Amino acid sequence: MKKLLSLTLCVAMILSMVVVSGQAEAAYDWKKHEGETIQVAFVEHTTATAIISKIKEFEELTGITVETSVTPEANYFDKVTAALSSKTGSIDLFMSGAYQLWDYSTAGYVEDLTSYLTDVAPDYDFEDLVQSAVAALRWDGVPGHSVGDGAQLGLPLCFELYSLAYNKRIFAEKGLTPPKTYDELLAVCEALKEWNGRDSYALAIRGARDWGTIHPGYMSTFANFGAKDFEIVDNKLVSRLDSAESIAMNEFWVKLIEVGGAPSWSKYTWYEAGADLGAGKAAMLFDADNNGITQNWIKDGVPASAEAGNIAWAVMPVAKEGDTPYSNYWTWAMAMNGNSDAKGAAWYFLQYFTNKEFASYASITEYNMDPIRTSVWEDPAFIEKMKQHEGYIDSFNATIDSTSILFTPQPEFFVTTTEWAATLQDIVSGQYASVEEGMKALTEKINEAVSYIDLSNY
Amino acid sequence: MQSQPRPKPEKAEKQINYNEVPASIRRRPYYIVLPGLIILIGIMIPFVTAITLSLTNFSFKIPVTKFVFLKNWINLFTNKDFYQALGVTLRYALFATGTQMLLGTCAALLLRKDNWFSRLLKVLFTFPLMVAPAIAVLVWQLMTSNTVGVLEDFLNLFGVYNFPWAASRQTAMFTAVLIDTWVNLPFVILLVLAGIQSLPKSPFEAAQVDGASSWFTFKTLTLPLLKPFMYIALLFRLMAALQEFGIIFALTKGGPGNTLMNLSLTGYLTGFTYQNIGKSMPYLLVLWMIVNISAKFIVKRQRRLTLEAAGKQ
Repeated sequence: MKKLLSLTLCVAMILSMVVVSGQAEAAYDWKKHEGETIQVAFVEHTTATAIISKIKEFEELTGITVETSVTPEANYFDKVTAALSSKTGSIDLFMSGAYQLWDYSTAGYVEDLTSYLTDVAPDYDFEDLVQSAVAALRWDGVPGHSVGDGAQLGLPLCFELYSLAYNKRIFAEKGLTPPKTYDELLAVCEALKEWNGRDSYALAIRGARDWGTIHPGYMSTFANFGAKDFEIVDNKLVSRLDSAESIAMNEFWVKLIEVGGAPSWSKYTWYEAGADLGAGKAAMLFDADNNGITQNWIKDGVPASAEAGNIAWAVMPVAKEGDTPYSNYWTWAMAMNGNSDAKGAAWYFLQYFTNKEFASYASITEYNMDPIRTSVWEDPAFIEKMKQHEGYIDSFNATIDSTSILFTPQPEFFVTTTEWAATLQDIVSGQYASVEEGMKALTEKINEAVSYIDLSNY
Repeated sequence: MQSQPRPKPEKAEKQINYNEVPASIRRRPYYIVLPGLIILIGIMIPFVTAITLSLTNFSFKIPVTKFVFLKNWINLFTNKDFYQALGVTLRYALFATGTQMLLGTCAALLLRKDNWFSRLLKVLFTFPLMVAPAIAVLVWQLMTSNTVGVLEDFLNLFGVYNFPWAASRQTAMFTAVLIDTWVNLPFVILLVLAGIQSLPKSPFEAAQVDGASSWFTFKTLTLPLLKPFMYIALLFRLMAALQEFGIIFALTKGGPGNTLMNLSLTGYLTGFTYQNIGKSMPYLLVLWMIVNISAKFIVKRQRRLTLEAAGKQ
C-alpha cells in the first residue's frame, strides 16, 4: 500500500511539473520571431565570450539567426558609432556603457526599452536584476539631470564598482592593515615604497589620457570629497571643477600619485594597473572590483598571475572611518539600435541573455563579473566560487547601496573627461604652478565645451 | 659625319577623315583614360566631402546637419590647441625624418660592400618593415615598461632606474621617434642602398685614378649622385611623419598632457571620440595642405637634382 501511495505521489508530481512547465512554455511564444536574423556587435570581453557560447541554444529556442562581430575595445566604439550614424540598422544590438548611451540617445540612435520590459517570459523576474545597475542605464535625455529616470537605454550584462584590492601576503609580511581613510592610505603608500625592489610601488591607479582615468577610483574619491562636476545655473551647465572640494581632492590625488603611484602612471589604463598588481609590482589597486579578480583566479591549479591567490579586497578609503563610500558605476550593457528592422527579435535576444538562467551560467560557470542578478550574488555556488577572492563579496555588499553614476549626464562627456585626464597629467608633471591653477584652467575649457547647451530647449 | 637623309615614303600619307573612322575607334582614347578618371573621382570624392563637412556642424550626436560656413575654420584658427598640434606635428616630422635620413644614409653607406655580413644585415633590416606600427608599439611598450621591460633591466645595469620613456613630457617625443625609427629606418636604408648600387662606376674609377681622397669622392661624387634617391626617401618619410597617428595613439593617446597631440590625433579625437566631424575636418585639411606643399617642394627639388646628376642642367 505504501509503495502504491508513493508511486501515485511521484506520478502526480511529475505530471504537475510537466503541466506547469508546459503552461509556462505556452505562456511565452519564443518562436514568435522565427526566421528573422539579427546582427549583434560585441566588444572583446568575458561577457561576450559567455553570450557567444550560448547563441546556438538561443537560436534553437527561437529560430532567430544571430550574426555577431567581436571588436577590441580600442576600436569598438568607433565602429559602433559609424554603424549607428548610418541609420541603416546594420546592427540591431550593441554592447555599450552608460556614458556612450548619453551620446547615442541624444542623436536618437537608441531604442527605449521601457515598453519591451512588459513583454517578458514569465520567469524573467525583472526585480531580480541589480536595480541600481538598471537605473544607471535610464536617463531622460536632459543634460544635467541625473540617471535613474526616463528612457531605459539598455540592460546590464555586467558591471563594476570601485574598491581597494591589495596583496594580503605583502600586507601580512609588513604588518599592515588595509587603509580605511585617506590619511591611512597615504601612510600605507609611504610604507610600501619600493617594497619589492626599485621597480615596485604601492598603489596602481589609471593615468592614461582618456576618460577611463577619471571614472574609476578618481571619480569615486572626487564624490567622497563632496565635489561635483557640474551644476545648473540659469539653464546652463557650469563646471564646478574649481570648487574648494575639487581642488582639495585633486591635491590629495596628486600626492597619492607622487607617494605611491607607478613611475609610468600617465600611460596606465585598467590593464596595466591590474597587471602590475598580479605581477607583484604594485601592492594595491584602486580600481574596478573585477579588475583584480582577473589576476587572482587559480583555474584548475593554474594561477592567472604571479600573485594569484594573494589578492584580497577592502572597501575604498574615505575621509574618516564610518563615512559612506560612494562609488561610481560602470556597466557593460546591451542596447538596441533605434533604426533596427528586427526589434522584436532583438528584444528576445536581449531578454534571453539577461535572464536568470543565463546570468547564473555567465558568472558561475563562466567568468562574467560582476553578476547582474541578486539571485546570483546570493547563490551558494557563486559564494563558494568567489571564496578564493577574500573580501570581494563583503566589499561589494558594503558599497553597492551607495553606488551610482557620479557624473552629471551631458552630451560632451568624452570631451570633458578627456580634457580632465590631460589636465591631471599636466598637473602631476608640474605644468601648472598649483593644483588650483590647473583646475581653474580646466574649468574654463569645460565651460567652453558645454556653453552651447541651453537647458531651456529641453 | 653626314647624317643619312630620311627615306621618303613611297606613297604620300593618306589624310584621315575622322568622320569616316568608326565611332568605337574614335572613342578609344577616352576609354584609355577612363580608369584614370574613375580613380581621380574616387580620390576627389572624400576630399570634396571633407571640405563640405568642414563647413557644416555634422556630428554623430546631432540628427540634423546645418551649414555653419566658416565657423569651424574660425574656431580652428582661434583655438590654442590647434597651434599646439601644429607645433607637435612639425617637431615630430622634423625629428623623426631627420633621424631616419641621417641614420639610414649612414647605414646604407656602411652596407654598400657586398659581403656575407652586409647581405645578412640587409635581410635582418627588413624585419621591422613587416611589423604593423601598432604591433611595434605594443612590443616597445612591453620593452620600455618599468616593471617588466627588458630595456629597464638593461638600464638598471648602469644604475638608471625607472626611466620614464613615454610617460614623461621630456622623453615622450624621443620614445615615439625611437619606435618610428625602429619601424621605418630599414625603408630609408633599402632605398638609399638601391640608389648607391645604381650609381655609375666610371666617375668613381676616374676619381680613384686621379687619387681623390675618400671624403672628396664622397662630397663631390657620391652625395650629389645619391641625392635624388635620398629625396625620394625623404618624401615618403616626411609625408608619413607629418601624418603620424598609429604610433602616438597606441603609445600615449597624445599624452602626457598635450605633449604628443599632433594634427592627426586632434582631428581623430575631435571627429570620432568627441563625435564632431565638422569641427575635426579643418584639422585634417590643414594637415593635407602641409603634406601637399611639402611633397610638391620635395618632388620639384628631386627632379632638379636628378637632372643635375645626369648633367642636363
